[in-house]
Amino acid sequence: MNDFKNPFSKEILKQCENWLKKFPTEKKRSAVIEILKIVQKENNGYLNEELIAKVADYLKISKIFAYEVATFYSMFDLNRVGKYKIYLCMSISCMLCGSDEIYDYIKNKLNIDFNKTTSDGKFTLKKAECLASCGGAPVMLIDEKYYEDLTKNKIDSIIDKLE
Amino acid sequence: MLINQICYRTLNLKNPASLSTYLSIGGYEVLKKILKEKINPLDIINELKLSALRGRGGAGFLTGLKWSFIPKDAKGQKYIVCNSDEGEPGTFKDRDILKYNPHQLIEGMAIAGYVMGANVGYNYIRGEFYEPIAAMEKATQEALEKGFIGKNILGSGTDFMLHNFYGAGAYICGEETALMDSLEGKKGQPRFKPPFPANFGVYGKPTNINNTETYATVPMIIEKGGKWHLDLGKPNNGGCKIFSVSGHVNKPGNYEIPLGTPFKKLLELAGGMKKEKTLKAVIPGGSSAPILPAEVMYNINMDYDSIKNAGSMLGSGAVIILDEDTCMVKALHRIAHFYADESCGQCSPCREGTSWMYKILDRIIMGKGTLSDIDLLDSVAFNICGRTICALGDAAAMPVQSFIKYFRNEFETYIKTNSNNS
Repeated sequence: MNDFKNPFSKEILKQCENWLKKFPTEKKRSAVIEILKIVQKENNGYLNEELIAKVADYLKISKIFAYEVATFYSMFDLNRVGKYKIYLCMSISCMLCGSDEIYDYIKNKLNIDFNKTTSDGKFTLKKAECLASCGGAPVMLIDEKYYEDLTKNKIDSIIDKLE
Repeated sequence: MLINQICYRTLNLKNPASLSTYLSIGGYEVLKKILKEKINPLDIINELKLSALRGRGGAGFLTGLKWSFIPKDAKGQKYIVCNSDEGEPGTFKDRDILKYNPHQLIEGMAIAGYVMGANVGYNYIRGEFYEPIAAMEKATQEALEKGFIGKNILGSGTDFMLHNFYGAGAYICGEETALMDSLEGKKGQPRFKPPFPANFGVYGKPTNINNTETYATVPMIIEKGGKWHLDLGKPNNGGCKIFSVSGHVNKPGNYEIPLGTPFKKLLELAGGMKKEKTLKAVIPGGSSAPILPAEVMYNINMDYDSIKNAGSMLGSGAVIILDEDTCMVKALHRIAHFYADESCGQCSPCREGTSWMYKILDRIIMGKGTLSDIDLLDSVAFNICGRTICALGDAAAMPVQSFIKYFRNEFETYIKTNSNNS
């Protein structure tokens, strides 16, 4: 267990309750995806079995239901990640517009490959499948922001600015 | 030519996503009229049938017909679901509807709720779409505050509550029944059909599901009439369609144009070929659609039937442009990776087959391929087709089959030139 001791602090609980309002009262399971996201965000961007179990308990669903969701969807991480997750799109439209060169550049700049984290714990590089922003290819997503029309210079200015 | 005048009609206005902008162009007037005059839902369905509006998410099914499948007299809960889980490689159109014209989508969904007697709607939005989600949530809040959705809409006695739901990264959730499972808090794995969503959808209740662009088109059809919409396009292909153009063009982007517009014109709108290169091929409907060589594309019009007759499909309207320098082996290798990664794993032919196809292409790329690998690829693709619960299997097979059909020479040359085996 890490710095995040209780997934259901007052603030988190409020977010969870608001989300639950979207569904019929007997269909709490519908909220599992979003509540796992809320907890993951609070836990420095990744989940672990203990947290997943707590979410399951909160929703009164079986632990395996929460665990299978946490392992099925690509936005969940079950290993420690860097402060910033860089999702670089490598799908067809981005490839046609030079994503492979961008990948090589980031790889050398940060000295990490996909699914690795820099030694200072700052960046995790992830390969994304189509981010649905192909008009601005090549594209990457860092945390909650899209960056389009990437060039080597742009990569420098974006990444160097992240604290 | 009509450009960006239906789903994108707010695009060039100030604060396009705001309620005041939408109201200034007559927004929510259709919903008001329907509720005030208590227009017969069947009349609305007939207008949609006349309009020849076809599903804009990929399958191209007639919307009016789909809406008529919801059992009218069924008592109990029904649902309206919007599929905003945009993820077909090459597609980025729904993102801009959510970002720039969310109220039109809300109005379309509220009309659907009225027609089908559903008082709850879910808009399933791709999880990575942070900015579109924010725009959509803001619009939903505004609409709720002004009484366009919620309880007793505009004093009519009709309720329609709209909730936005966010995905978590899974292409398969764009498949309608996988989306419903995801909405229920499960892994997104497609269901057997029948039963169809119209009878057994979200939580087992009758559910109508359409794509974002489809719902957002509805208000203008009801405002101006089904015939008006039909005449914008051509018979059986009514209206305008958003084409997301990407790849080797000067001005990639979304272009909402009448169905039946020649491909040449669309390419011209997208600024023509980058660096004045020659067009080699086009994937006309998202990466699942069979690729077509330039000479075929230059002679077809952009509508469901014309593209189908040419051996491909209009799909989601994602037009991926490949120039003369594109290595077809590398392009297919990349597409195959996508499907191997995104297969949900439920059906063996797809789970295993998509990985096999990727691995075969990977060894060709690495210089370890043999000429017999081309037929092997074709055979794996053939054996996936039609043997899976959902269309992802076919979607993975069609690119492989079409690349080999049109560019077999290039695969042979690549293998002969690069192979370390021979």
